[in-house]
Amino acid sequence: MKKTWWKILSVVLLTYTVVGGLLMEVPRLNIVNETVRALYFHVPMWFGMAVMFLISMVYAIRYLRKPSVEADVYSVEFANTGLAYGILGILTGMIWANYTWGTPWHGDPKQNGAAVSLLVYLAYFVLRGSVQNDEQRAKLSAVYNVFAFTAMIPLIFIIPRMTSSMHPGSGGNPGFNMYDLDSKMRMVFYPAVIGWILLAGWIATVRIRFRIVSEKLDEQSI
Amino acid sequence: MKSVFTVLLVVFIPVLLVAQQQVEMADTMRSEGKIYAVVAIVLVILLGLIAYLVMLDRKVSKLEKQMKG
Repeated sequence: MKKTWWKILSVVLLTYTVVGGLLMEVPRLNIVNETVRALYFHVPMWFGMAVMFLISMVYAIRYLRKPSVEADVYSVEFANTGLAYGILGILTGMIWANYTWGTPWHGDPKQNGAAVSLLVYLAYFVLRGSVQNDEQRAKLSAVYNVFAFTAMIPLIFIIPRMTSSMHPGSGGNPGFNMYDLDSKMRMVFYPAVIGWILLAGWIATVRIRFRIVSEKLDEQSI
Repeated sequence: MKSVFTVLLVVFIPVLLVAQQQVEMADTMRSEGKIYAVVAIVLVILLGLIAYLVMLDRKVSKLEKQMKG
């Protein structure tokens, strides 16, 4: 294994998230009740997704400045892991919404925005699959990647805050300040976010290394 | 006056405490200790998946070494 310290940190933080997240005290709130604990698992998925997409865009820009197979592989695999996190985020959100809002799909602006940005990133992979030439594929998808990221930011992080959304932090709803009352929740929430982001990075780097090895094998066989 | 206040306080403090407790939480499940079963199950799944990822990581490392050799 390569550079193991942050992988160990990820395991430690996630173990703490599960144990602390299920056992430690949370504020007694109406409607959400015990489900408030889902915060430690549902929200970090989106943080992880956003970080993965950001890194993916950084490598896309790097590719456009100085084309290389590595930059392209990094960009794709970070986007891939980010998409996986996003899908988990939307599924867990639907389960949570079913119990607190009454229906899995409430048409909430943040829910819709998240769904649209996931579709935007799915189209990224459709685009990649439809171009045969390696260099063209890398270049086109790198340009698309920059647009996909800049579309995601307003869709998930800005528009829902400007309209009335049932998500915390939107349309006059309290944001994370709601949990400020209970600093105990922050003690699990922040480590959870870091742990889940590190896990995403771990998965992405394993995928990247595998892709690079197999690309090299292809070159050798030619 | 003072004594009236004290009486009111003594009467109302338990009421306030009860009002806080009224939000329904999984208190029974916790007191029965069944929550530990849930913690154990989720931990086994999490650590199992991580072990799986570690094995994948090692496999890729082995391939990388073979490429260099």
